[in-house]
Amino acid sequence: MEAKTSEDHLKVQKMKKKVLRKQVRAQHTLMRHEGIKCVSHATQNLVIANAGLGNGMSRQQLLRILEEYGAMETLLMPPNKPYSFVKYRTTEEAKKAFNALNGKEVTLEDCDQNIVLYINFVEKVSLQNAVPTSLPPGLMVIEKIISPEEERRMLESIDWKANEDTQNAQKTLKHRRVKHFGYEFRYDNNNVDKDKPLPGGLPEICNPFLEKCLKQGYIKYKPDQLTVNQYEPGQGIPPHTDTHSAFEDEIISLSLGAEIVMDFKHPDGHTVAIMLPRCSLLVMTGESRYLWTHGITPRKYDVVQASELGQKVRTITADVGDLTLNRRETRTSFTFRKVRRSPCNCIYPSVCDSQKGQQRLVQPSFPQNEMEASKLEQEYVHKVYEEIATHFSSTRHSPWPRIVEFLRSLPTGSIVADIGCGNGKYLGMNEDLYMVGCDRSKNLVDICGEKHFQAFVCDALSVPIRSGSCDACISIAVIHHFSTAERRLATIRELARLLRPGGTALIYVWAMEQEYKNQKSKYLKEKNGSKNKDKEMNTGTAQRSLNDQGPDNSSQDSAWSDQLLNDLKDESCGAKPVADFRLPVHTNRTSFHSQDLLVPWHLKGGTKKKKGKY
Amino acid sequence: MKLLTHNLLSSHVPGLRPGGGFPLRIEAAEVRVRPVPFNAAFVSRLVPRLRWDALREAAESLGRPSELPPEPSPGYETDEEFLRRLHHVLLEVEVLEGSLQCPDSGRRFPISRGVPNLLLSEDEA
Repeated sequence: MEAKTSEDHLKVQKMKKKVLRKQVRAQHTLMRHEGIKCVSHATQNLVIANAGLGNGMSRQQLLRILEEYGAMETLLMPPNKPYSFVKYRTTEEAKKAFNALNGKEVTLEDCDQNIVLYINFVEKVSLQNAVPTSLPPGLMVIEKIISPEEERRMLESIDWKANEDTQNAQKTLKHRRVKHFGYEFRYDNNNVDKDKPLPGGLPEICNPFLEKCLKQGYIKYKPDQLTVNQYEPGQGIPPHTDTHSAFEDEIISLSLGAEIVMDFKHPDGHTVAIMLPRCSLLVMTGESRYLWTHGITPRKYDVVQASELGQKVRTITADVGDLTLNRRETRTSFTFRKVRRSPCNCIYPSVCDSQKGQQRLVQPSFPQNEMEASKLEQEYVHKVYEEIATHFSSTRHSPWPRIVEFLRSLPTGSIVADIGCGNGKYLGMNEDLYMVGCDRSKNLVDICGEKHFQAFVCDALSVPIRSGSCDACISIAVIHHFSTAERRLATIRELARLLRPGGTALIYVWAMEQEYKNQKSKYLKEKNGSKNKDKEMNTGTAQRSLNDQGPDNSSQDSAWSDQLLNDLKDESCGAKPVADFRLPVHTNRTSFHSQDLLVPWHLKGGTKKKKGKY
Repeated sequence: MKLLTHNLLSSHVPGLRPGGGFPLRIEAAEVRVRPVPFNAAFVSRLVPRLRWDALREAAESLGRPSELPPEPSPGYETDEEFLRRLHHVLLEVEVLEGSLQCPDSGRRFPISRGVPNLLLSEDEA
């Protein structure tokens, strides 16, 4: 009898140890992956590992579990994460929940699976709510476009049981059932056989609906192709853009039978999840049709806004305090398109199959001489800046703190040149300085002029300022645009020429290395930070004061830069591939693999190339 | 373009003799005077940095010949009247339209809406 008790006791001890071990492991995981710091003292706030939307816990169930221990102020369930945050009104209540629930096994109501909760205290529940995202440009969702009666008749009109001999093409794809009318969509080449229309055309029953769309102006042309897709819970469609050459601009899709969340993705990684309510119409035109991909993630539950379940069209990341899971039902979509009869001439050539091969200089080569280097800069830097000047200027307003600090540290009456001044955001930083700016882009310099700054147009390789006239120079995020190491060095030498003996210069350039002490730079980290797409990164740049490098004497300055030139020559020779003279193209938010590469410039509404060099 | 900016500018057409290309000749079509707050210390510190002859020449070409002495007199740091006149010429007078001409090569650079365009063409550079 006694032995048994002690055995039980041992078991309990073992269990306790296991829970503790797992609880600590959850702490580490939260810290490492999410930067969430757990604390050892009791607070009102708990983080509950394994009870998140990401592993199948619904808001309703978690609320029921948690409310047993007291009144809650907040329950935050971040999308796709395996944990949740709860804030109780008092620390006492939080402690009660902690003691009762840590290590407790619960059964997920929605999928009959067991999970164990591991709980830790946190200082505060301060999960940042994502900024409400806006719909992709050119996209509309019109609710209640058809009545439930029309919905029923349209659904009934599709005869899924008919066999292969029927006139209309029907296939069961891996992830869904499909049926085509008008023209068969071929999944081998993602196109239609334009000279092989299917007999019968579009179902008669669609006509009133299509007339309505035309009348309301949702579409300009009557569609001649229909694809009906049926998705069971758990099924989806991979992200794709409808082939440009196959269909015209307008693509419309009716959601029948059930709502679903569709994911849209911009090539820069920005994603927007959109609820498509039952009986609503999705209209994709322009950018949303040509540039963004759309797809349905195969899963049985969508993360949706809890307060407006299935009612309103909205993007899904707005409020993590209000997210829950929504069980999917069978959804049938009617997607209408118009077959294109002439090549696509959209403004998104980088993703357009009609315009492939027509692009000039798709991937330019390493410049072999000065002329080529200059041409490359003209095409990929100067032209781009001229075109984007206004947009660029409107997104470049916050000065980088270290540059402000440098400018504020200069004595009254100092003469300062800003080489590559852009829209002049530093020119008015310190009224006790006399600052002149110059830039290669006339449009940007004109913006400086409008702000009453002293600025002129010139190239940084040849600055029309007399030698030795400046107390200080700055050149911020400019020199990396030059396409060879020699030209980058020549620019630095030109900048040094402007300085009086003892003058100082501050240069910022993009660094090729985007990790420091094993820490990734902000540039690499902001993978999904599309809202910050145009924000400037100041962590990825390298800083070096000219006067740190040697004596205050301009002839020695140039000796120093010659030395640097030699160093760089060696480096760049090493960096250039021997066999392939193509310039590598950089992928946004990834490490730089080469010192010289092409960095495409992405602007909403078009893709331009901007050249970067490291 | 203020006259202080002009005092810093120099032609950069390739092939000039050492020290050539300065000062650029101003051909003004439109000049504006915009008041700027006076700061004696600021103006005073600028004096040793100026090319005085070029500044006088520039002022003359804009029809203001008598505003500056042939050279700054000793003790100018405390001569408020002098500093105020210099302040006016350096910082308040602006060329809005016109051109700048290289004294050696004759190359003209346009000034429009106060912005000089000194970009050399591909052939020149």
